[in-house]
Amino acid sequence: MNKLYKVYIQFFLLVLVIAVSAILINNLLANLSRTGLFFNLSWLLRPAGFALAEHPLAYSPSDTYAWALFIGFLNSLKVIFGSLIFATFIGLFVGIIRTVNHSLLGFIASGYITIIRQTPLLLQLMFWYFVGFLGLKDNSFQLSNDILGISNQGIAFLGVSFTSEFSSLLLGLSVFTGAYIAEVVRGGILSVSKGQWEAFRSLGLSSSAGLFKIIIPQALPAIIPGLTSQYLNLAKNSTLAIAVGYSDIYAINDTVITQTGRSIESFILLLITFLFLNLLITNFMEAINRFILYYKKT
Amino acid sequence: MRRIIFGMLGLSMLLASCANTSQNNTSRLDLIKNRDELICGVSGKIPGFSFLGSKGSYQGLDVDICKAFAAAFLGDAKKVQYRPLTAAERFTAIKTGEIDLLSRNTTFTFSRDAFRGNGLSFAPVVFHDGQGLMVKTGSKINSIKELSGKSICVGSGTTTEQNINDAFEVASLPYKPIKYQDLNQVVAGYLQGRCSAMTSDRSQLAAARSGFKNPSSHIILDDVLSKEPLAPASDGRDYLLADAMRWVVFALISAEEQGITQENVYQKLQMAQENPQLKPMRRFLGVEGDLGEKIGLNNDFVVKVISATGNYGEIYNRNLGPNSAVPIPRGLNHLYSNGGVHIAPPFN
Repeated sequence: MNKLYKVYIQFFLLVLVIAVSAILINNLLANLSRTGLFFNLSWLLRPAGFALAEHPLAYSPSDTYAWALFIGFLNSLKVIFGSLIFATFIGLFVGIIRTVNHSLLGFIASGYITIIRQTPLLLQLMFWYFVGFLGLKDNSFQLSNDILGISNQGIAFLGVSFTSEFSSLLLGLSVFTGAYIAEVVRGGILSVSKGQWEAFRSLGLSSSAGLFKIIIPQALPAIIPGLTSQYLNLAKNSTLAIAVGYSDIYAINDTVITQTGRSIESFILLLITFLFLNLLITNFMEAINRFILYYKKT
Repeated sequence: MRRIIFGMLGLSMLLASCANTSQNNTSRLDLIKNRDELICGVSGKIPGFSFLGSKGSYQGLDVDICKAFAAAFLGDAKKVQYRPLTAAERFTAIKTGEIDLLSRNTTFTFSRDAFRGNGLSFAPVVFHDGQGLMVKTGSKINSIKELSGKSICVGSGTTTEQNINDAFEVASLPYKPIKYQDLNQVVAGYLQGRCSAMTSDRSQLAAARSGFKNPSSHIILDDVLSKEPLAPASDGRDYLLADAMRWVVFALISAEEQGITQENVYQKLQMAQENPQLKPMRRFLGVEGDLGEKIGLNNDFVVKVISATGNYGEIYNRNLGPNSAVPIPRGLNHLYSNGGVHIAPPFN
């Protein structure tokens, strides 16, 4: 009897969900046709007619809108994964510094976190770009021929050059997300009981060996979930690229919308892209988490 | 898998709720009258066209056109609510009904007007512009050819972006577009030396230059990359509103042709009332006939408009004339009788 009751509830909920989504989708379609914006994706195959300053693969203005958006997606991936790596290193480093007793480094680290976390990201990105890079004007910074050069045109490192738009976005996102990751790391390390510190010290391990071999492996299960949500935020924040003139998928989408007037389709594509990307990050991080938990058990 | 389903479901709900605009078959004109306020989309960032003045109110040619519409539709030029919009937002704002009409230095083009394009309807052109390039005097660049391979700062989501591309493709020259979302960033990028040149409509270049520390160290190249007829726009499906807008703009031009100004409009009205033989002026000012009613306005709409904003020439001089903050030579924007291209059809 009780089991049957549960089945009824489940069935009722399922019907409700289907009904509500049917109403909403119908509403969407009805409104689309009323505003004359019928859902249509054929425009994706028309030539884009605009140039891009940065394209990891070959691109010319006579390529399609779909290809232009894909190039934008690659540009987004480039900056997201670049800053993901930098932010993780910054976060790990600063987070660890915050937990060891070193007054000067600790003071600098907490100053960094305070400043970064209390100011808006958009403002920081504009600062890095308009003040940091473009503020160099005609001056440039050269480190022993061809190793590192910084000017208002960007960064040249070992013969590879990055534009100032990409560099400032990479720097801004890494420094911003790094501050949050540092707090996640610090929280994770502090969650390991004091006894573990005393234990490795009594075994005669050095501080650094103890930290990396005893403390951090135990802190990881507490760090990973927080880290995941910081990675997701980073991916989403990358759309602020438009503020510094970087051609990410959102910026290109912006141009596409004004040229085609297809805002609904474009935004749906954009939303699906980010949904897909973030699901990928979530699942990847969950796999790591499962692996760590499994490893910990054995 | 479950996450994907929930994600998609959430997404579709979000979209469905977004698209829920309440539009029906009555004209926007009635809606404006019932609301007793006109919602006008402007840029808000271009001196001379629409920008926030020192007294905290919007000023400029585009703003005066909004006022003219409000005076014609509602009898009061003050009943306007201005919505500053970015280039990318403006068409969606019209299509979703967030604004009644757009008076935002918008270029009149084929695909924007087309039913299957952006689906807008354009009023007559209020400013004939052309796209240009601005460079630093010290750079020794004199023509587009010398910009080969250089970076150019451009606003994204505008016809500007397409025109600069077309110009460089025609000349088969390479270039790097650095795209910013709004004109202030384009200016900042250019002034900070990120680009060798900035491109925009020549009027906007002149307006931007007027705010530079050293206006004389920047020149606008002679190359004109495009025709940019700037015109107010509304939703293409609403022909009643489009008709009304069209004839308000023509009234401004016609008033200049007839020498009717903000100052003398009431004298002219009295003259028309006293002299039955002045047929064209009697029809124009609504003393005789029912021109206003034919487009859903009061018959005296022209009087209301001219007394509020003055004629086209007065609006031009106030905002872009030699004594204004952003002087732009009138050129093509003269009346046809003075060598320009502005002309109004007969008010018959």
